[in-house]
Amino acid sequence: MASTDTDLAPILDTFERRPETLISLLQAVQGRLGYLPPEVLGTVARHARVPRSRVYGVASFYSQFRFNPVGRHRVAVCRGTACHVRGARLILEELERSLGIKEGQTTEDMEYSLETVACIGCCGLSPCISVGDEVSAKLTAKKVRKLFKNAQRSAHK
Amino acid sequence: MIDITTRKVEVSIDGSTVLVDPSSTVLEAALEHGVFIPHLCHDPDLKPTGVCRLCMVEVDGRLLTACNTPVVAGALIRTDTDAVKETRLGAVELLLVNHHRGTVDCAEGETCELAKIARLLEVDETRLKRLRRSDQTLDVDTSNPFFHFDPNICVLCGICVRTCDEIVGVGAIDFVKRGIYTTIGSAPDAQWIDSDCVSCGECVVRCPTGSLAPTHHEVPEREVISTCTYCGCGCGIHLGVRDDRIVSVRGVRENPANEGRLCVKGRFGFEFVNSPDRLTTPLIRRQGKLEEATWDEALDLVAERFSANRGEAFASIASAKLTNEENYLIQKFTRAVMGTNNVDHCARLCHSPSVAGLVQSFGSGAMTSSTKDIGDARCILAVGTNTTAAHPIVALQVMRSLRQGGKLIVINPREIELAHYADLFIQNRPGSDVALLMGMMRVIVDEGLHDLEFIEARCEDYEVFRESLAQYDEALVEEKTGVPFAQIARAARMYAENSPASILYAMGITQHTHGTDNVLATSNLALLTGNVGRASSGVNPLRGQSNVQGACDMGGLPNVYPGYQRVDDPKVQAKFERAWGVELHSTPGLTHLEILGGVTAGPIKAIYLVGENPALSEADASHAREALEKVDFLVVQDIFLTESTEHADVVLPAASFAEKDGTFTNTERRVQRVRKAIEPVGDSREDGWITSAIAKRMGVEGFDHESAEEVMNEIASLTPQYGGITHDRIEDIGLQWPCPDPSHPGTRYLHAERFPRPNGRGRFFPLQYRPPAEEPDAEFPLVLTTERSLYHYHTATMTRRVPGLEKLRSEELVEIHPRDAEALSIASGDRVRVTSRRGEVTARALVTEVSPPGTVSMTFHFHEAPTNVLTNAAYDPVAKIPETKVCAVRVEPAS
Ligand code: SF4
Ligand code: SF4
Ligand code: FES
Ligand code: FES
Repeated sequence: MASTDTDLAPILDTFERRPETLISLLQAVQGRLGYLPPEVLGTVARHARVPRSRVYGVASFYSQFRFNPVGRHRVAVCRGTACHVRGARLILEELERSLGIKEGQTTEDMEYSLETVACIGCCGLSPCISVGDEVSAKLTAKKVRKLFKNAQRSAHK
Repeated sequence: MIDITTRKVEVSIDGSTVLVDPSSTVLEAALEHGVFIPHLCHDPDLKPTGVCRLCMVEVDGRLLTACNTPVVAGALIRTDTDAVKETRLGAVELLLVNHHRGTVDCAEGETCELAKIARLLEVDETRLKRLRRSDQTLDVDTSNPFFHFDPNICVLCGICVRTCDEIVGVGAIDFVKRGIYTTIGSAPDAQWIDSDCVSCGECVVRCPTGSLAPTHHEVPEREVISTCTYCGCGCGIHLGVRDDRIVSVRGVRENPANEGRLCVKGRFGFEFVNSPDRLTTPLIRRQGKLEEATWDEALDLVAERFSANRGEAFASIASAKLTNEENYLIQKFTRAVMGTNNVDHCARLCHSPSVAGLVQSFGSGAMTSSTKDIGDARCILAVGTNTTAAHPIVALQVMRSLRQGGKLIVINPREIELAHYADLFIQNRPGSDVALLMGMMRVIVDEGLHDLEFIEARCEDYEVFRESLAQYDEALVEEKTGVPFAQIARAARMYAENSPASILYAMGITQHTHGTDNVLATSNLALLTGNVGRASSGVNPLRGQSNVQGACDMGGLPNVYPGYQRVDDPKVQAKFERAWGVELHSTPGLTHLEILGGVTAGPIKAIYLVGENPALSEADASHAREALEKVDFLVVQDIFLTESTEHADVVLPAASFAEKDGTFTNTERRVQRVRKAIEPVGDSREDGWITSAIAKRMGVEGFDHESAEEVMNEIASLTPQYGGITHDRIEDIGLQWPCPDPSHPGTRYLHAERFPRPNGRGRFFPLQYRPPAEEPDAEFPLVLTTERSLYHYHTATMTRRVPGLEKLRSEELVEIHPRDAEALSIASGDRVRVTSRRGEVTARALVTEVSPPGTVSMTFHFHEAPTNVLTNAAYDPVAKIPETKVCAVRVEPAS
């Protein structure tokens, strides 16, 4: 923890120690570390002079902040209306099983991270997901299993 | 439409015209006039937010939420139109679909406000079933030992979040995540226990749905109003009783000291009362072993041995945990029956410098302000007090002052919780407070920020004091305190320019060989800026135990009778001789340390030790234990076996505070009722009964009071400050002394007109900086300072018998700065050995920046690691308090 603290010192020092700076502070920290590790929330809280819970409250309200490192491949499940009515939920559940992680998490080998998005813009191909820049269309649970059969099934801690 | 005399305004509610306070909301106005408007997210102690939408009404034809709409003169308010009913129904349905429990016919209907409202609004259960998402089964968070959080029934009214923020000031929890996943939390994947929660339970008592609920819940058969037995805050409590057991505790809203609020000990810490470990019968040591005995046997033996040791061979140690009435009886017994002034109690070890110091400067050694007024201070200077841990309810007033824009200066060697809220946090070297405070005063005088008018009109000895400031130049002050002078100058300006300013202090000021000087430095500062004699100002020693103020007031001190009347004043002596019908002695008795010291190197042969555990609490505890072991005859009166009873010849089982009547005087001088809620457990007896029984067996008179009330009447007749206090008058709300006569309303703050000194003036004192008695050197390179945990009390004989408190903090921790830890190759959790010139102790280390480099800190709650074996018994020459805040130690890994 002490090492993260010192790493962050130059970033923190560019912000005034006021609650109003919280969001920009979080953006800067995430910009540096790629995500917001739990112990950093306390550091940010002290700097902005707000309770720790407020930092998490604010950070978890905006989808731009993440609390886990991102994997090499970002798997995004579309939860737009079209996908939703065609079973996006089942697709998400299957992905969680296949990858062994929950939404918002990354696999232990740092290969995949799993998230949901509002609409990919391929409603005709629903239900769909994107893996990196590639869209996989008209998915079923079975197709999902095939797609990720070699994925490691445990979450990064 | 405005009533000139009452300043009330006229509004119409559902057709009837009523007069209401113009500062009230529509909801408050309606409730006041008996018109019920459903409401869930409203709490009288919190700012309105209007999130639940249940309190919809029509005001002049517009639909508005009543809880955050102020009344305006002439408003037409309707609570019963169809539009109102329809929106309300919609709102309640929306809440209910997220409340995954039964609703209209729910068994929890009595504790769940939402269920009550649902029934009232005739919600259609079948319709709800269709609306509800069926798959919500989140884990219930049971990580806190005292309460749990069930997210499945939480409707996100936010009362808990606002309570923790607005009232407690901790902000442990917040709304987290978004959309349908929104919940109450603190950090990713964190449980409640991982948050900054201090387990006060304030959010739990306010939760309207039972989503936050106490883990152990038994409905009491009846409730008795009493006063918390723990700290000097003196919170009013409703003790809930069932089958002669204490099953619940609630704060008393009407009590001005706490206004219904409690800390974790007060709310959840009463299991000790019914602990199976309670002493239930007298014990007598026979052939080296404590054996059960009858009261007759025990009392006969005590009376016989005490009779043989009258005069200077005898000493009593009274107790800050007993009532006023009982302390009065102990000192009367010691003086009138045993013929000696050898009576003292643990205030010697905590606030004797406050009594000694403030008496010299102000004429009275107590907190000048009321607790509540602290919240209205423009500036608070908290020096040597870890207020959130040791005086949690006073800390709430500090938070209140902050919310109102007040400034906070924290002076402490450790980065305590309050430091995070401070406008200015000064981390000085332990034991350097005189240099620091005098440095501040030098700045105030140099910059002309002092209140000359006040000094002229109400003080004396200003000139000699001012001259003594000359030595406190930048170089000296920086050298002694280790703090940049610019910071000290800022503190000086902040304190002097924001009036009224209130000084809070506790043992960080008193437990030093120069404790009295420290106290005098605080009174100098207040006098210099005219910060005495007004509300929300003053010098406020925060007293530790529930009745330590009272035990002092009652003359549980070797040099004074009740009311600080000196034993060496012939007029006073004559007065008490007349009242008690005996001859008394004018020589002041021995103090706490001197009593124990007097066993080995003096006259002491018999000790009557009541409700105290010096084997753990006394500085240089090994010597204290030796004395207890060596004294010819030791009687210990307590509710549990302790480290001190191990040396007793006779152990007398006492009743706890819940088993007796009487009064406690809290830190703000408020004399409050303690009431018997249950019968004494087993064959234990009230302490007052025991002392009187011993006296009677010794064949003396003056101990046949029928009740605590009668004792209080005797106290009032002899103690000017308590002259107007009777149990009757404090039936509902306690009175603050001085209260000299039956028509006196009590005193909210001291010294309004004059100081109770012969010439009525407050006195300045020139002060010399003196270093602590023991400073670090090559052999013992670190400073050890002592502190307290929020979760434990004193030597923890009571709190460690509460499993939840034990879970929250179960062992001693040596707090050490990362820099020192690294140099010694110590990591958090390692066992370390701490050694001083007097002994050694092992405990686990906690590596933390809360402790400054060069200083380690420990509590003294845990008998497995008796910290006071290490501390230094060198004492203040005036107050004779040992220096428990500073000694030199060595720390090393214990393999
Ligand atoms: S118990 Fe007290 S400290 Fe803990 S969350 Fe509730 S209000 Fe905050
Ligand atoms: S603050 Fe003190 S008096 Fe109040 S509940 Fe807590 S321990 Fe008891
Ligand atoms: S009580 Fe008014 S909106 Fe909740
Ligand atoms: S409806 Fe049953 S707990 Fe609220």
